[in-house]
Amino acid sequence: MGLIRKIPAVILAQFDSANDLFHAAEKMRDAGYKEFDCHSPFPIHGMDDAMGLRRSPLGYIIFCIGSLGLIGALTLMWWTSAVDYPLVISGKPFFSFPAFIPITFALTVLTSALTATIGMIAINQLPRLVHPIFNSERFGKFSDDSFFVSVEANDKKYDETKTAEFLKSIGGKHIEVLKD
Amino acid sequence: MANTSTPEQSQQHGEVLIPGNPTFHSVSDAVSRIVEGKTPRAWWILFGINAAGTGMLLVAIAYLVWEGIGIWGLMIPVGWGFDITNLVFWIGIGHAGTLISAILFLLRQKWRTSINRFAEAMTIFAVICALLFPTIHVGRIWVLYFVFPIPNQMGAWPNFRSPLLWDFFAFMTYFTVSVLFWYVGLIPDLATLRDRAKNKVKKIVFGVLSLGWLGGNKQWKHYELAYLVLAALATPLVLSVHSIVSMDFATSVLPGWHTTIFPPYFVAGAIFSGFAMVMTLAVLARTAFGLQDIFNMRVLERMNLIMLVTGSMVGYAYAMEFFMAWYSGNEYELFAFTNRALGPYAWAYWIMVSCNVLVPQLFWSKKLRTNIAVMFVASILINVGMWFERFVIMMTLSRDFLPSAWDYYTPTKWEIMTLIGSFCLFFTLFLLFLRFLPMVAMSEVKGVLPDAHIHHKKHDAEAGSAA
Repeated sequence: MGLIRKIPAVILAQFDSANDLFHAAEKMRDAGYKEFDCHSPFPIHGMDDAMGLRRSPLGYIIFCIGSLGLIGALTLMWWTSAVDYPLVISGKPFFSFPAFIPITFALTVLTSALTATIGMIAINQLPRLVHPIFNSERFGKFSDDSFFVSVEANDKKYDETKTAEFLKSIGGKHIEVLKD
Repeated sequence: MANTSTPEQSQQHGEVLIPGNPTFHSVSDAVSRIVEGKTPRAWWILFGINAAGTGMLLVAIAYLVWEGIGIWGLMIPVGWGFDITNLVFWIGIGHAGTLISAILFLLRQKWRTSINRFAEAMTIFAVICALLFPTIHVGRIWVLYFVFPIPNQMGAWPNFRSPLLWDFFAFMTYFTVSVLFWYVGLIPDLATLRDRAKNKVKKIVFGVLSLGWLGGNKQWKHYELAYLVLAALATPLVLSVHSIVSMDFATSVLPGWHTTIFPPYFVAGAIFSGFAMVMTLAVLARTAFGLQDIFNMRVLERMNLIMLVTGSMVGYAYAMEFFMAWYSGNEYELFAFTNRALGPYAWAYWIMVSCNVLVPQLFWSKKLRTNIAVMFVASILINVGMWFERFVIMMTLSRDFLPSAWDYYTPTKWEIMTLIGSFCLFFTLFLLFLRFLPMVAMSEVKGVLPDAHIHHKKHDAEAGSAA
């Protein structure tokens, strides 16, 4: 499957606290690493800047598909009520716009919410149940109380020994090289 | 490292969010061990009772589908009885969950992190109970697909101008969005359960459910945006759903129903009753599972204050309905309201007023609103009152324009069985949730702990020079 990005290997380093992870991320960014990630049990405020990440594009995607939902809902009601089977109900016009607002709103929210959820999962390339990082015994603690930096072998600056040394120099502990 | 935080750091706007100095690990432990531990005997007893009640509900529904809605006490003029009362009651309960998870999130009320998961689950189960009633109330369940805009044998389309169809779309959207919001919130916590799992089956189940979540900031970045957007979408949605429910009544020509106050009044009542239900469940869960630190008194007290505010709004709406009935000079309108307070259903009306308007006034007193027993009893009374509010509104039907058409509605045993059964269904689902899923959003609670704060070098330098 070409859709799923291949990750041949990962170097993993553990950090003591959210604070250490944050400052490690800044150093990774300044050293020019791109394909690295900072794993934490909760989102850390300001981490995007520390890692040098851009804003998530998800908002624009949701806006576009949500707008399609809005147009689709109005088109559906217009076509069924005024074109395909026009029916006089309580003397209202066939295209009775004010009466169509509640359903237009509901369907816009529905398409936007579905896009937000499915879009988030898709951009994050989930579900991904096989990943070299899962070979680590220690990594499971990220979801409890530990903090990790992982560097993918896809990174241009990746070098098994140099990267490991760099991670150690910025405070990383228990450095592991994990292969697929 | 952990445990080195100063008292200043453990506070947010001068308050401790989670008392008892928890660490990240103690939060995961306190919440996960409920899911991982042995099933307590009390759980089995409660589950058994409620599952039996759900069985009774299924019997009542099966007989209804077989025999038709003639088994209920409905007649002309009272075409809406327990069924629609229960629908409005349950959908209203759900609103507190969305308010807590979405509106308080947008307002950055961090104290909500301890109750949001719990309240969202309550929303979903309440909406399931609510959806049951219009579904079975149509009588011929097998033609329910008429409400979907799909080509059918009659070549006709649903009437998009009807508030009943708006309801269908609003409920479906509300249910779907609530489930999505809940699930997205669950993903990091399911990963915690996956990583803590000792046996292989659990590891696979939670692994699949958590989609292979790695908690990397590249994932959190999109995750947080998706969560924010879902909250922003759910906020107007929750206000619209009960408004649309109220339009089922307000767009009719019946005195007592045809009023513009209905949408805001229904929304306030929904939030009021929903908070009462969250309170009932939170008091039970904190006692049963020893989560006193997470469902702490500050959270409970704030919920009581919200009940005081919304309860007073509901009381204001009751008064304003009477005022408008008199001020309009319309004799049918005035009769409808005099009849509510003094007519054959006056007993229901005064239960409603005492539970909804008088009971929350207790919370003006700090001593009473921080007393567990008082808030528990009050929350139950408020829910009784809010059920009766919907019943009173429904019974406006019993006396309309012509005295010759008046009648008195009494529910049959099937309706009572369905009402009790819907509570059992709700509690069955809730018990399953408590047993198998983390009832507190661990990742969110960890995010508000003092150790989650980053000390920026600049700030530290300033703090140093100040000291």
